[in-house]
Order: sequence, then structure tokens, then C-alpha cells
Amino acid sequence: MTEISPVLQLTGISKRFGAVQALIDVDLDLIANEVHALVGENGAGKSTLVKILAGIHRPDAGHLELDGHELVLSGPAAARHLGIAVIHQHPNLFPDLTVAENVFAGRLPRNRVRGVDWGRLNRAAEKLFANLGVKQRVSVPVRGLSVADQQLVEIAKAFSLDARVLVMDEPTAALSGREVQRLFTIIRQLRGRGVAILFVDHRMEEVFEIADRVSVLRDGRHVITAPISELTPADAIRHMVGRRLETLFPKGQAPIGEVALEVRGLSRSGVFADVSFQVRRGEIVGLAGLVGAGRTEVARVLFGIDHADAGEILVTGKHADIKSPTDAMRLGIVYVPEDRHEQGLVLDFSISANVSLPIVHRLSRLLMIDRAQEGRLAADYSKQLQVRSTGVNQAASGLSGGNQQKVVIAKWLATKPTILLLDEPTQGVDIGAKAEVHRIISQLAAQGMAIVLISSELLEVLGMADRIVVLHEGRVAAEFDRDEASQERIMAAATGQAEA
Amino acid sequence: MRVRVLGLIRRWETLLVVLLIAFVVLGSSLSPYFLSASNFSDLTSNLMEKAIMALPLALVIIAGEIDLSVESMLGLASALLGFTYALGWPLWLDIPLVLVVGAMGGLLNGVLVTRAGLPSLVVTLGTLALYRGLASVVLGPRSVSGWPEWFTNFGFAYVPGTLIPWPLLVFATLALAFLFVLHRTWIGRQIYAMGKNKQAARYSGIDVAKLKTYLFILSGVLSALAGVILTARFSSARADNGQGFVLDVVTSVLLGGVNIFGGEGTIVGVVLAIFVIGVLRNGLTLADVSPDTQSVAVGALLILSVAGPTLVRRISAAWPRRQLTSPVSNS
Amino acid sequence: MSVRVIDAPTDSALARRFGLERTLTLVARLREVGILLVLLAVVAIVTIQAPLFFSVSNFEQILLNVSLIAIVAVGQTTVVLTRNVDLSVGSMVGLVAFATGDLLKENTLGVPGAIAVGCLLGLGLGAFNGLLVAVAKVPAIVATLGTLYVYRGLDFLVAGGKQVSAIDLPRDYLGIATSSVLGIPTLIVAAALIALVAAYLLRNSGAGRELYAIGSNPAAAEVVGIPTHRLIFGAFVVCGLCAGIAGVLWGSRFGSVNALAASGLELQVIAAVVVGGVNIFGGSGTVIGAVLGAILLATIENALRILHLSEFWLLAIDGAIILLAVGTDAAIRGYFQRILTRTGRR
Repeated sequence: MTEISPVLQLTGISKRFGAVQALIDVDLDLIANEVHALVGENGAGKSTLVKILAGIHRPDAGHLELDGHELVLSGPAAARHLGIAVIHQHPNLFPDLTVAENVFAGRLPRNRVRGVDWGRLNRAAEKLFANLGVKQRVSVPVRGLSVADQQLVEIAKAFSLDARVLVMDEPTAALSGREVQRLFTIIRQLRGRGVAILFVDHRMEEVFEIADRVSVLRDGRHVITAPISELTPADAIRHMVGRRLETLFPKGQAPIGEVALEVRGLSRSGVFADVSFQVRRGEIVGLAGLVGAGRTEVARVLFGIDHADAGEILVTGKHADIKSPTDAMRLGIVYVPEDRHEQGLVLDFSISANVSLPIVHRLSRLLMIDRAQEGRLAADYSKQLQVRSTGVNQAASGLSGGNQQKVVIAKWLATKPTILLLDEPTQGVDIGAKAEVHRIISQLAAQGMAIVLISSELLEVLGMADRIVVLHEGRVAAEFDRDEASQERIMAAATGQAEA
Repeated sequence: MRVRVLGLIRRWETLLVVLLIAFVVLGSSLSPYFLSASNFSDLTSNLMEKAIMALPLALVIIAGEIDLSVESMLGLASALLGFTYALGWPLWLDIPLVLVVGAMGGLLNGVLVTRAGLPSLVVTLGTLALYRGLASVVLGPRSVSGWPEWFTNFGFAYVPGTLIPWPLLVFATLALAFLFVLHRTWIGRQIYAMGKNKQAARYSGIDVAKLKTYLFILSGVLSALAGVILTARFSSARADNGQGFVLDVVTSVLLGGVNIFGGEGTIVGVVLAIFVIGVLRNGLTLADVSPDTQSVAVGALLILSVAGPTLVRRISAAWPRRQLTSPVSNS
Repeated sequence: MSVRVIDAPTDSALARRFGLERTLTLVARLREVGILLVLLAVVAIVTIQAPLFFSVSNFEQILLNVSLIAIVAVGQTTVVLTRNVDLSVGSMVGLVAFATGDLLKENTLGVPGAIAVGCLLGLGLGAFNGLLVAVAKVPAIVATLGTLYVYRGLDFLVAGGKQVSAIDLPRDYLGIATSSVLGIPTLIVAAALIALVAAYLLRNSGAGRELYAIGSNPAAAEVVGIPTHRLIFGAFVVCGLCAGIAGVLWGSRFGSVNALAASGLELQVIAAVVVGGVNIFGGSGTVIGAVLGAILLATIENALRILHLSEFWLLAIDGAIILLAVGTDAAIRGYFQRILTRTGRR
């Protein structure tokens, strides 16, 4: 079944974003009639690779070859034109148009006299879905479709373009078991028709069910590519996490005190269910899991941005009713969000203005902001957290990722919290600043703060946390103490494997 | 916040001053009466109601919303004032009542935008019609006159011993208050934050919904106040008072440098723009151009004040610049 | 071996989702049916109070009143579908109405010539709007708020305080409004034709479907290669043309034209469009719905007159209707969204 010459060949692909090297010298090849799985932790570079294939990013180094010819993609349209169909994690369809219209968007069959030939359109769409073995009514608006069905529409779209290469980015993220099986049947059919399929996923049981070959990315590098028969899931996980010995994370010993935050049976319908854990003063609890496992969503409920449907939150033993960020702040709970730019900072504001934002009313007398005090506050924290800037009046947009992150942390520290929720605090931050942020976190714990550290970086979690809670698909899959945890055990729990 | 933006603002306000001077020169060339004290006083008097409405509108737009219903609230206030006065109710009761109605109108806008999540453009378009309609229902085609002297004096007379019309005093006080609140207080800081990044503001503990609702209420109250002043100045309460004002009010705010998308703008700029438009209209009036035709110029100013910066931005974006891409970036 | 905690939906859940698709299509069609039902209800209620209401001649009056607004509503719908709005329609109609009337008064071009010029003027005014929004990227609210006043101001400038009266207008021109085609008044036929052609084009032409796509998901439209800027420009041109046609017919219908003609028309048109189920965020809604909305509003207007209720309520009703319609639509959409997140995912 193997075709020797690959349809699509990537050689030496590198890509950097600012301070972060997302891909380093990656080789990959896609062969017709084959499902090639791509696995790796969050931040390993999978998404970047997908975006390069989709024509959204251009690699800094390396080249692509399609059928042996050098390929330079000028944009997504070019990629589609050349037969590379990419199905991203979130469907990008027209909710108000019908399924058939979406599949053939931009290429509706016309009748010279009467305009759009609905008959031909619908029949063509029906045929496509029949070929895929799916029952889908084609004249309904996409708006009413489930995510799984919308994804099928995207697949049908790709299919209709006679795609030779099909790239699927975490397609099973929002699907149920039965829907996944349906998807797999379709993938097998496509494979049989000569399509080269790249299947990005992190669920081992799925990968091992559908793939013919597996490639592992780690920290932007290509680690290994092997036929599925030559690897076990444990092997794959081992390659994903590696066995690095150096640690960048100074972990101090902090005295652990009383329970500051307790979550009992917290549920939010459709997002997470029955989540329970405790955080003590001076303790760092790592919240591990894959993207979409529900960790950020739990944090948002704790901070009052969203509301839980069931369960209880207790702060120092007392029931807490958190309906807004203000309520959370009053209880000493603060949240350093995942998205620095959209949620953490007002980029056009100065460092001072950002740091003071949550407490700016407290820095005022007779309504007037005491700018001197504000400046001093920002300068103090700047010094403490070693924020590198041209001064506290510099706009946040001019800072590097690491320094921006420090400003966000400073902002929340200024509110004198007791419970700190950190969501991917070192994402997109260079190594040096990463270590500094970790040092800060350790210090805060030593000062008695209860810290929840949400991170997809296993080493970070293992290095910093006293205890680790692993979420999988909205539920607590495992809980480890620092000494009993390991990268493999965390990843296994995060990917839904029963514990080895 | 002051950092990069300050430079730009200075440039915009200078532009306004230049424009103001240009229009003054133009005006004086069109008519010999232009540069007289009484003319300036006239000019100012005609401006004050719109000016008073422009102040809260500036805050609303900086916060990321818009309020088109201001002129209709003015009309409703005038109509209600006339209606209640004609019933024989004393003015010391009518005026506060009318202001309360203004607050309620603003509250409706605020609730529909923040609780029901409807776009403020459509909501205030609806209330633009609704409030004006209610004004017609209340007063019909009638006009109410026969106001007490102290009231009409408040509208068009000067502060004794000066050439300052009372409404100008009211406006100046309000402008100073708004200047203070927007640029010096934590409320102003929160407004800018909301306008620049609604999510980040929310995630920083700012109650965006509450603050926006208060801003709409403020807009309603001051529009009602403007209605009271207009009624006093014309000595006549009518349901169609203030018709067409929304153009000048919105133009003052946008021409004044407030970004239609929110997050940027100054009171000084808005005040300058108010006078730019006032001088323009005054000059054209003296040149025998009818108010309705003057609107061509004001409408053009409105369009240019938004199209101009956008075109400038596109030209400067086309300039070769170092691209900084980041996985956390949203551009 | 795997621990997939939340498992496949049962058949009943699948059926629920299946039903949801159908329900949504139904709700969309329901809108037009709904308007018809409300219309019938209003007619019934009013007829009980005032039997005079229920007569062919009265209904004809209503439809005549609606005809011009309906034509403008067709153009407005085209713009709103793309997630924009045109506030200047009233001014465009007024300007074209006066310009046409003036031309007819001077009789320099004859009736067909004047009508052609009027339509071209509407097209041009719409094109200017299109340039501002699609090329200069001025947000539609600001651009058309500006042109609302610019065009009206030009109208005043051109009119110079005068008006064109019925005596100034040629007989054949005035006759348009009073003539009929196969027993139905010409104006109604014209409006119906325009509405039907537009409905057909929006439903069946490539450009029409692309307009819906742009409003439904502007980002995806770009990705798929739809020429969004060109199409948005085109939508404004169509809106201008419709306003032009209405303006051209204005003088015939009302007999006299002054600079105030069609003032405030934009609010009536937007109310009709919104009531008619056209989504203010773009992407969905039909011309037929908008026309039905206009008929409903005109019926209410007529009812008020017949029942001797103050006509001053009209503007307030238009405003309240805009608020109610948009609010209800948002509520319904939010409701469905919530159901979808709960059944569509876990």
C-alpha cells in the first residue's frame, strides 16, 4: 500500500514568533493513501506546522515540495487551489447559509438563465455526503448543526475540492465517541481514495486506531517518525515528553498552611463536571491537562467571569458566592489570564496605568488618581519583578512577552490577593524571563499565597507544583503529589489513558 | 496611556485650532458683522444646547458605544416641560421631573445595551424615534409659551455685568467637570480602559455594564437639561425642538478627535470642535446660507473626520515596517 | 482501555439535534408567516371596531401608501444583509424627488428623460455611500449619518425654499400614480415587481448568495475568495437606485414636492426591515419579509387613522417596534445558541 514518493514533503522547516522558536528544522512527509498522525504536547509546534501547510504562515527556513516541485504558498487561497485542504479546530462556516451552499461557497453551480442551480447544487452536495457515508440534509442552515456535523461539512468541502492533502487539526476535540467513529470511517474512505492525510491529535487511543504512521514533535523539533506498528502509546508519550534533566525552576520550600480555597463538585454544563480540589496557603497546585480539558473554564468560574451550574466554592472554609470579578477580588482571588493581549493588558496604556487598573479607585483621593502614588506602585513592582522597560510610563505594547506577563502579575499582586490563579503564565515567554516568573511564583508561595498554576508545559508543572490535578475532558482524571508525579503519568491521565 | 497617544492628540487638537482660526478668517471675510462681540455672543448662544449634549456623548463613544437619541430626548424634555407647565404645574417641579425622565430614557438605552446585549446603534436609533414620537404624543403640534421672565432670562440673557450667556456658564461648568472626570479621575481611567479593550477591562474587575449604563443615564439627563435650556431660550416648548441636532452633536465629538471605535479622545478636542462647527455655521448664516444647507458642510466634516484618519492610517500602514508576529498576538 | 468519560449521545439526543435544524429553518420561515398572522389579527381587530376598514379601496390605499416605502425597503435590505445600514435613504429619496420634479417642471428632458436622470441620481448617491463604506472604510453609521444630512442639505440648496406643485407637473407623469395595470394600481405593481426581482436575485444569483455570506461571516467570506468590498459597494448602489426609483415616483404619488419630502423615511424603512425579520447583524432575512413588515406597519398606520387615534403615535410606534423586533430576535437567537451548546457538545 505504500507509495514511495510523498505527495507533500517538508524539509528543514523553522519558524519563529518574536522570542519564541516554534519550529526548529522539522522534516515531515505525507504519502498518498496514508493517515499520518502528528502528536506532541501543547506548544510543541503542531499548530504552527498546520498553519504553514494552510498557507497562513510562511516558514523562516526550509522548504515545501508538492509532488517533487518546490512550493511557496502565498496564502490560504493558494493552498486550497493546490489541493491542500486544512480543517482547523473550529469550523469557519457561514451559519446562515445551507450546508450545500457552504460546501460549494464561492463556487456555486450556475445556470445561465436562472442563476444558482439549486438542483445541481443540492444533488452534488448529497452525492458528496453519500460518498462519505454520512446522512446529512443539505438544505438546512449550518447554524443548527452540532460542531461534529459542522466539521463534516468542512470535510465535505475539502472533499469537493479534490484535495490531495487533507490536514486535520485536533478534529476530535469536541466529538463524542460515536461521532469519532463516524469520522474515522470517513477518513478511511478518503485514505482509500489516494488522499494523504495529516491527523493532528493528542489522544493516544485515537491515534493508534486510525494512523498508519506517527510523527512526534517536541519543543518545536521533530523527534521521531515511525510506522504505527513499531510504537506503543507509552513509547509515543515518552517521545513527547522526553527525559530532560536540567531544571530551570527553582522550587523553594514553603510552609504549607490552612486550606485557602476548596472547590467541591463544581460543574458547568457542557464544559466541566464534578471538579473538586483544594489549595492550601503556601501551596502551588498545578492544574494539568490538554487544551480544552476545562482548566481555564474552571478558573473563570472561580474568578466570577462565568457561573457554575452546580457545586461549591469555599474560601478559607466559608461558602463563597462569586458572581463577578469584583466578588472574587474581594475574597482575595485573582486571575492572571491566558491571553495577555486580549484579557490581561490594555496594550495602549502605560505600565503604570495597567498595574493600577483593578485598584485605581483605591489610589484616588476625592476621585482624583494620585499619579505619584500610582507611579511609585508601578516602579516598586517593576523592580521587584525585574520588568525591563524604559520606565513606568512606557506603553505595555512596547514590552516583550515576558515583561508584559510580569506587568500582568504585578497588576494582580497590587491587589494583595491571597489566592492566585495563573493561566499559562509563561506561554510565549523566552527562557530567561520564564525562570524569573517561576522565581516570582515560588517567592509568592513562600509568602503564604495559595497558587493554582494552569499549565500545559509538563516540566513547568512538575517543577513548580506541590500537587498536580489533571483534568481530562472536563473531569478530574488524576491527582498526584509532587514525588509520585512524572511526565508520563501526567500525560497518560491527560490523554485519557488508564494509569499504566 | 499618555505616552504614545499624547503626541497624536496634540497634533489633532492643533489641527482643530488651525481649523477654528481658518473658519474665523473665512467668516470675517464673508461678513463685516462677524468679528463683533454681539455676534460671538449669538454664536455661542446657539451652540450651547448641542455643546452640553456633546459632553456625555463623548464619554459614551470613548466607552465604546453611541447614543443617537440625544436630540429626541431634548425634544421630549421640551414637550414634557411645556405640557406640565401648561397644566399649571410650577416650574420648580417640572424641571426636575423632566430631568428624571431624561435619566429614565438613558436608563432604557443602558439596559438594552448592557443587559440585552443589543448594539447601541440600533437601540438608540429606536429610541431616537421613540422619544421624538412620545414628544409628539405629549404635545402634538402645539407650542407652549408664556414662560416666567426668570426662566426665559436663563435661556437667552447674560450673566449681569458680562456678555456671558447663562447657558455658556452652565456649559463651561459642565465642561470643566467632564474634563476633570475624564482626565483626572479613576472613572475616566475606567472609561478609557473599557473603550480600548472591553475584555481586559472586565477581567480587571471593572463593572463595564454598570458604568456604561451610568453614562447613558448621564447622556439622557444632560439631553433633558439641554431641552430645558432650549425651551427657555426660544421661550417656546415644542415637540420638534432640537430636530437635526444629532448631526452637530455627533460631529463635534468625532471631529473633536474621539475615535468612533472607542478608547481615545479628549474633552478639549471636543470643545474645540464644538466651536469649530459653531463658527462655521455662524459664518454661513451671515452669508445667507440656510441652516439646512449648512448641514452639507457639517455632514462633510463628519465624514472627513472619520475618513481622514482611516486613510492616513492606511497610508502609513503601507509604509514598510518591521513585522512582529507572535503566537499570542491577535493581529 | 480508554477512559472516555462522556460518551456518545443516545439516539434520542441525535433526534433532538436533528429536530433543531428543522426547527431553525421553520423559525426563519415562521417569521413571514408570523407577520401575516399579526397582520390578519390587526385587520380583524380593527374591522370589528370600524367596519369601514375592511374594503378593497381601503386596502388599496394601504398598499399604495406602502409601495414607495417597500421599494426603499428592498434596497435597505440589500445593505443590511451585508452587516451595514443606510441611514441616508430618506434624504436620497427627497433629493431625487425634488430633482425629478424640477426637471419635469422645466420639461427639458421629457418624462422618460427625467425619470432616467432621477434613477441615475439615486444610483450616484448610493455609489458615494458605497465609496465611503467600502473604500474609505468609514463605518456605515457614520458615513450614512453624514450623507443623510449632506444630501438633505443639497436638497434644500437646490430647492431654495420653493416647491414643485401638481400644476407644474406634466399630466402623464401624475397619471402614473393614478393609473392601473390590469386593475391594479401601477405603483403597487411596480413595487411588487421590484420586490420580486430583488427577492429572486438575492435568492438565486451568485452575487446575492455572496451578500448573505458576507453578512453571515465576513472573515470566512474573504477566505473563500468573495470580493467583499466590491459587493458591499454594489449593495449601497442598489440601495441608492431603489431610493432613486421611489424618489422618481414620489412627485406622481403626492402631487407636490418640497425639500422636506421623505424626511424621516429612513426610520420607517428600518422599522419595516427589522420587523420583517432581516437580521440587523446581516446574513439572514428576505426582501419579502421586509415588504411584509412594511405592509404591517402601513396597516397599523391606516388603522390608527380610521380609529381616530392620534397619528402622532406613529413615530413612537416605529421606534418601539425597532426595539421590540431587534430585542426579540436577539432573545430567540440566544435561546437557540444555549440549547446548541448543551446538546451539540457534551
